[in-house]
Amino acid sequence: MSGILNSSIGRKFAMALSALFLMIFLLQHFIINLTSVFSADAFNNLSHFMGTNPLIQYLMQPVLIFGVIFHFVMGFVLEIRNKNARHIKYYKNNGAANSTWMSRNMIYSGLFILIFLIIHFLDFWIPEINTKYIQGDMSGLLADGETYRYFEELQHKFVPFWRVALYCLGFVFLALHLLHGFDSAFQSVGANNKYTKGLKGFGKAYAIVIPVGFIVIALFHHFNAH
Amino acid sequence: MALDSRVPKGPIKDKWTDYKNKINLVNPANKRHIDVIVVGTGLAGGSAAATLAELGYNVKAFAYQDSPRRAHSIAAQGGINAAKNYQGDGDSTYRLFYDTVKGGDYRSREANVYRLAEVSANIIDQCVAQGVPFARDYGGLLDNRSFGGVLVSRTFYAKGQTGQQLLLGAYSAMNRQIARGKIEMFNRHEMLDVVIVDGKARGIIARNLITGEIERHSAHAVVIASGGYGNVYFLSTNAMGSNATAAWKIHKKGAYFANPCYTQIHPTCIPRSGDYQSKLTLMSESLRNDGRIWVPKNMDDVLAIREGRKKPTDLSEDERDYYLERRYPAFGNLVPRDVASRAAKERCDAGYGVNATGEAVYLDFASAIQRYGKEQAKIHNISNPSAEKIYELGQKIVEAKYGNLFQMYEKIVDEDPYKTPMMIYPATHYTMGGVWVDYNLMTTIPGCYCIGEANFSDHGANRLGASALMQGLADGYFVLPYTIGDYLADDIRTGKISTATKEFDEAEKAVKDRIDFFINNKGTKSVDHFHKRLGKVMWDKVGMARNEKGLKEAMAEIKAIREEFWKEVKVPGNANELNPELEKAGRVADFLELGELFAKDALVREESCGGHFREESVELDGEQKGEAKRDDENFAFVSAWEYKGEPADAVLHKEQLEFKDIELKQRSYK
Amino acid sequence: MNLTLKIWRQKDSSAKGQMVDYKVTDISEHMSFLEMMDVLNEQLVNAGEEPVAFDHDCREGICGMCSLYINGEAHGPDRGVTTCQLHMRMFKDGDTITIEPWRAAAFPVIKDLIVDRTSFERIQQAGGFISVNTSGNTQDANAIPIAKEAADKAMDAATCIGCGACVASCKNSSAMLFVGAKVSQYALLPQGQVEATERVLNMVKQMDEEGFGNCTNTGACEVECPKGISLENIARMNREYLKAAFKG
Repeated sequence: MSGILNSSIGRKFAMALSALFLMIFLLQHFIINLTSVFSADAFNNLSHFMGTNPLIQYLMQPVLIFGVIFHFVMGFVLEIRNKNARHIKYYKNNGAANSTWMSRNMIYSGLFILIFLIIHFLDFWIPEINTKYIQGDMSGLLADGETYRYFEELQHKFVPFWRVALYCLGFVFLALHLLHGFDSAFQSVGANNKYTKGLKGFGKAYAIVIPVGFIVIALFHHFNAH
Repeated sequence: MALDSRVPKGPIKDKWTDYKNKINLVNPANKRHIDVIVVGTGLAGGSAAATLAELGYNVKAFAYQDSPRRAHSIAAQGGINAAKNYQGDGDSTYRLFYDTVKGGDYRSREANVYRLAEVSANIIDQCVAQGVPFARDYGGLLDNRSFGGVLVSRTFYAKGQTGQQLLLGAYSAMNRQIARGKIEMFNRHEMLDVVIVDGKARGIIARNLITGEIERHSAHAVVIASGGYGNVYFLSTNAMGSNATAAWKIHKKGAYFANPCYTQIHPTCIPRSGDYQSKLTLMSESLRNDGRIWVPKNMDDVLAIREGRKKPTDLSEDERDYYLERRYPAFGNLVPRDVASRAAKERCDAGYGVNATGEAVYLDFASAIQRYGKEQAKIHNISNPSAEKIYELGQKIVEAKYGNLFQMYEKIVDEDPYKTPMMIYPATHYTMGGVWVDYNLMTTIPGCYCIGEANFSDHGANRLGASALMQGLADGYFVLPYTIGDYLADDIRTGKISTATKEFDEAEKAVKDRIDFFINNKGTKSVDHFHKRLGKVMWDKVGMARNEKGLKEAMAEIKAIREEFWKEVKVPGNANELNPELEKAGRVADFLELGELFAKDALVREESCGGHFREESVELDGEQKGEAKRDDENFAFVSAWEYKGEPADAVLHKEQLEFKDIELKQRSYK
Repeated sequence: MNLTLKIWRQKDSSAKGQMVDYKVTDISEHMSFLEMMDVLNEQLVNAGEEPVAFDHDCREGICGMCSLYINGEAHGPDRGVTTCQLHMRMFKDGDTITIEPWRAAAFPVIKDLIVDRTSFERIQQAGGFISVNTSGNTQDANAIPIAKEAADKAMDAATCIGCGACVASCKNSSAMLFVGAKVSQYALLPQGQVEATERVLNMVKQMDEEGFGNCTNTGACEVECPKGISLENIARMNREYLKAAFKG
């Protein structure tokens, strides 16, 4: 058991586990965001719960951060190791003949997602932490002291066009990343059986529906913001 | 020197057991002090190396490829025979023994063949224990198929890749011993001579094919398992690198070479398409179960087909000559390999060949498709099926049986064999002749053994299908590891053999001189040029049918090519680097000698038997008119040739064959 | 047809190589790719130049010796074939064809188009066998029935010819299809169970030490494999490995 991360299969297993975890997180994030389209109240209540519940804040949040960092760091480690497995490149290589663009460029879609996440952190997570833990305002209320601030902030963020565009692009890359990553994670943990065909279909749907959903939500607020 | 086959006394069924009980053994502690060299890592060499290492000997194994697993045993398709009688169809050790001797046209040594049949069942057990994935039936038990010329189902198989799976089994056993350090593996090494010290084989000179370095390796015994010499024809189903050099080198140092003229020409190979052709591809013999072989009856149609004015499918039944069915009504398309091959040659020599080279006949599946289609329509209760439906149903059955072969054919020839008949032609496939060995598999050089296709022992003048794999593994797993102990028992006090002796010096010098000659010879023609010329003479005059005049011409022509070769051969590059042309030059030089001895052997054997057909020795009348005529009175012997310099000067020694347990009969397929 | 060939030439393992252009003329569409290479080499020998060194042996797609990267694909543009089974009818008159050796740190070039694949050997020596001695006294071959499906799947895995096209095609130079096929063959058979844990741990360890990359499931190996070895075998190896690793 010890040193499993020193083996190639152990590393890709860990990569796949963090990916599966992140995909579950993404689904959860999507559902909460989706409520913002239908009901500002529901969104506010859920956001407040997520933002203040100790279990989520002190247990799930660090796990998530660890998961994100681990997935990126491991991704880079694997990429470097994999690049080192071939010193001389082919003069001519026809990768398109035997594999998808997505599968060959996970590092680039991943990198773009990383840039997106950094902006997302700067935009959202750091101000949140600042409000809650540095200024110590755990109320979640707007200046009026009555309504929750979450929905307002959300709408406000989606006003500038550049941010919406970047946001949409980020999810396009996420879709590309997931189009390969979903099946790949299952294959890496050793799941290749009679359900694989069905799972692949589901994975394609997941990889398209969720990112497109995020984009729709962003556009919805962009065009509906006051 | 008189030939002593060392066949033990006693009834045939007890010989091997009694013999094993009495031979000398080397105790396990002493085996550690004994080295054995194995040259070649196919089924015979690989299984021998692994078993010898398991027993405790220090083994050094040599292969010219980059891995032992690439030896040409890997290409065997059909299967491996074993007298298991799993099908309950009356198979037995005796029956397998009988079939093999009869199939070999009564030119093999009874005691060796009986032993082969006896250990055959153990081979299957051993391979299954190693994890060889033989085909199984739905009950989970091993499946069998039947193979050319026998009346029982005794062939075990792994799809169409039985040789590959058996070789991987032996290779895995080798890997286990390499990991333990008991086998030292020399990949990309070629043996270039054997070293004899005080009359015994004590080592070899080998070339590291990557660096070009000439290396000395010593041992207490040397085992040659380097395969057959089919590439003497240039075109054959052998691998490009398959060569006779190891076998020929020991012949030149004192090992007698037996029955070189016994060569198997396989009837169903894909024909040559042009002069650039580098090798021929075998299509499994099983195709003849459903394919019908024919050529057009009329010369006009032949020409029309060659010129593309007509397609084979345009010809009506009346315009076709199903010559095997015509000549051999009893066996039809299922006559043995040698008979089918000669019949194809006869038609093509008469001008009826159907492709541009004039060397091809049709193998037609149209009637099989019709037959299966109608049968299926009945099974599925389709009344009045349309012609298309019948074709569709029939094609499915043919596809299930031979799909992979049809696909292979289509890849190579670019024609769809479901729609138009396949073209086939015979090609050199296997050599029954080889280094003469006694019952212990030892050559006439003490301490030098020869196993597998490289020796002459078990198949007589013709080999039955699925028997080559059996012999290779029998020799390597179950025979040699016992018999070699009898010899090595005397060597327990010998100690390590030094390579710093004058015998090694001389052998190494001779090898180096020859390499230097090739590199420095400023000739004008490539090695392949000579190899192709040799191949043409062999094929035309020492091929499927031979006669005195042709054989004499062949000997003279081969000698002339050889002399020209030594003057005009051109080898680019250097000696101290990876140099494929240099490797080929050495091999072709040996083929140029072997080819002449081959022709000489064929000339001396004035009878027809198995794969050797002398046009002068045919039945003159009666039902068998025109068929091969064996001469048991004058030729029931093994020709063992002693090297004396020029191949033409080789001296013949005869090992008289005795048949105590089998009655000699003429083979009839009419 | 007439063709331009761009071929990697490298004198030996320590030399620096480069792509060199050659012309061949009157190539028949019925030739195999290697026969076309023979024509080129005959031409070079006659001109007093060193022929192009390439690995080949059986020329019927089973020995696994031939190994060329042709126009950016292992064993060229056709599917389910080795280079020796590739035919010139896959190309057109006037084409330029690039021919390179397998590229992987674990497959160093020996000369021109020949690479050293002994890393595969060492992986198999690390555990690719069942420890049974030759004795003639093993139990009867039919003593343990094996379900046909398991036997067939083991056979499918065992058809691997060890050519290395999987490594060459993989953007990571990963050997997992090869090792997965070997591990699977034994994992699927009852004979292989006794040593299953040690086998997969040792073989994967050796694979990693040889410097092959990791699998990112692009599936290129499966597409280019001349024997159609399935990715299922990699998943099975992953399972076997994780099972073994967690066992301790």
